[in-house]
Amino acid sequence: MSVNITFLVITGVLLATGFYLVLERTLTRVLLGIMLLGNGVNLLILSSGGRKGAAPLFRPDLPADQYSDPLPQALILTAIVITFAVTAFLLAMIYRSWTLTSADVLADDTEDIKVSQSTAYDEEEDSPVAEDTTEFVDEEGRPIREGEE
Amino acid sequence: MNFLDLAPLAVVLPIFGAGAAFLVRRRIKLQRLITIGILCVTLVLEAGMLAAVWGGESYAVHIGGWQSPWGISLMVDGFSAFMLLISTVVSLAVLFYATSQGLADGDEPGPVSVFHPAYLILLAGVSNAFLAADLFNLYVGFEILLTASYVLLTLGATAERIRAGTTYVVVSVVSSVIFLMGIAMTYAATGTVNMADLAVKLPQLDTGPQLILHVLLLIAFGIKAAVFPLSLWLPDSYPTAPAPVTAVFAGLLTKVGVYAIVRTETLLFPGGAVNAGLLVVAALTMVIGILGAIAQTDFKRMLSFTLTSHIGYLIFGVAVGGELAIAATIYYVGHHIIVQTSLFMVAGLIERRAGSANVTRLGSLAKLSPALSLLFFIPAINLGGIPPFSGFLGKFGLLHAAAQDADALTWVVIGAGLLTSLLTLLAIIRVWARMFWRRAADAEIPNPELVDEAAKVADQTAAGGAQAPHLGLKLARELEAAALPWGMRYATGSLVVAGIALTVFAGPIFEFCQRVAAQLIAHEPYINAILNY
Repeated sequence: MSVNITFLVITGVLLATGFYLVLERTLTRVLLGIMLLGNGVNLLILSSGGRKGAAPLFRPDLPADQYSDPLPQALILTAIVITFAVTAFLLAMIYRSWTLTSADVLADDTEDIKVSQSTAYDEEEDSPVAEDTTEFVDEEGRPIREGEE
Repeated sequence: MNFLDLAPLAVVLPIFGAGAAFLVRRRIKLQRLITIGILCVTLVLEAGMLAAVWGGESYAVHIGGWQSPWGISLMVDGFSAFMLLISTVVSLAVLFYATSQGLADGDEPGPVSVFHPAYLILLAGVSNAFLAADLFNLYVGFEILLTASYVLLTLGATAERIRAGTTYVVVSVVSSVIFLMGIAMTYAATGTVNMADLAVKLPQLDTGPQLILHVLLLIAFGIKAAVFPLSLWLPDSYPTAPAPVTAVFAGLLTKVGVYAIVRTETLLFPGGAVNAGLLVVAALTMVIGILGAIAQTDFKRMLSFTLTSHIGYLIFGVAVGGELAIAATIYYVGHHIIVQTSLFMVAGLIERRAGSANVTRLGSLAKLSPALSLLFFIPAINLGGIPPFSGFLGKFGLLHAAAQDADALTWVVIGAGLLTSLLTLLAIIRVWARMFWRRAADAEIPNPELVDEAAKVADQTAAGGAQAPHLGLKLARELEAAALPWGMRYATGSLVVAGIALTVFAGPIFEFCQRVAAQLIAHEPYINAILNY
């Protein structure tokens, strides 16, 4: 099987740009990144079907290099539909995020920040225990301590 | 006509159910009836499927009569049938829980009416991923369940859920892209995406391309299964969702990733080329996850961290390989699904009972909520690995399998496993001591309502004195019944009982797991069932 090198280079550029954009905090850039990733992968699948530009039509008497493999094209169709749905969903989510916070930037998790800023000191476990705590009391309710009668 | 030819119904029924449930979205009672009915029928079907393959049979269903490797095939063997049945049991329990919650909160039509259709589609995706016998169908199964999970995670679209949902969606999409790259390269290298065909053709490749495909697929599944360092998205995104959604996600979604890892490791890449790496990753997943859990004050976040931490045990089992380790992994997957889901359901109950699931605000729950305490305690110590529960049996099986002719690295990971088990117990006991044992007034941020209720219960107990000591308990039970609808309690209880059943019937179940493991390692049953039409 021979592979079109232009396809592979374009795939590489699309994927690299896509991954770079996905690492951004701005949601519209992330969306653009995801679209580029989707297209890059689709090209990769297409190039896995061989180089031929021939139609994906098969006749029993046709030699193998005279038609192109239809399966990658079917896979791409499915992948396009899925990317389309996910893109639409993300767009709706970005719009919602913009309506709620009027910012296009992904916020930090507040719980995360709280945990990272908390100290190792734990009130429940590390606070000094008072000397005279005991659960055992005599009839008048006075605590009984060790060594006392 | 074999009974197992009905296997596609496990995917088709929920899909059609989702359509029907969406059509009747204005009539919420009918919608509930359809969803529960569909799940019950699916459950019966899957129980039948598991019974049919219990003895170790494998059966391939060729959709539309197209022969493999050209057509789409579904594989029913012990592993897929076991996972199907457990996932449906869990989702039915969660559905009852959600329904009861909805009934108690009043039936408001609105965006929430999309819950039932999305839930059914999620299940269809999960079933499809379990049954898929080719990589691309597995990808489609993943996408179906992920798309449904996006909707469920952002239900109601509050600011917090949108923030968490964005992280989740972006991470999931990236993992899908990597999976798709893996599929494209696999197809380019072998000319097939059928797993049985791949099992024959992949070993004929050079080791270089094999390793690339192997690692690509592992990364894709590793993100889905939340394996360290690809796990950090999970504790950020799960806890904000509604309680039933978090419960079902915790039970099923990561385990679909684990299922895919077990399948590919045993069937497609049996050489164990990356086992040493997997061992290291397993140890890191376990230890770092559980350290994260100890640092949390929010119970749901703590549970999310224990969830990722215990995925490490499953990866450990896969990395050790061999019949016993794989059998223990399969048993542990079952345990993990049931226990994590029941704990997240309990977290929802705690939130409902006490207004928050943050340990800094809680106390006195053992006195105030006796049934809830029991529902928490059993799965919690099960998770902590206390004998005789299934958590102990699963971990024992894994460590026992690993200790047989173990090298130095394996011993280190065994140590990490034991440490993680101990730390899990610590995390659980800390929560127990704070939420349930200490007085509500001693909490860092006391909840006045809880303090008030605790005082009332204490008064009643004192008033009853020695003659009627149960008066306080009676009041506590009344307060509990008012806050927690019976359906939610019983749904959680049924899953806790399922967890105990996994312990009681551990003998036959583990024997079954061993049969399944032998089948997975042998390959021939799978390949013959698919390719010899």
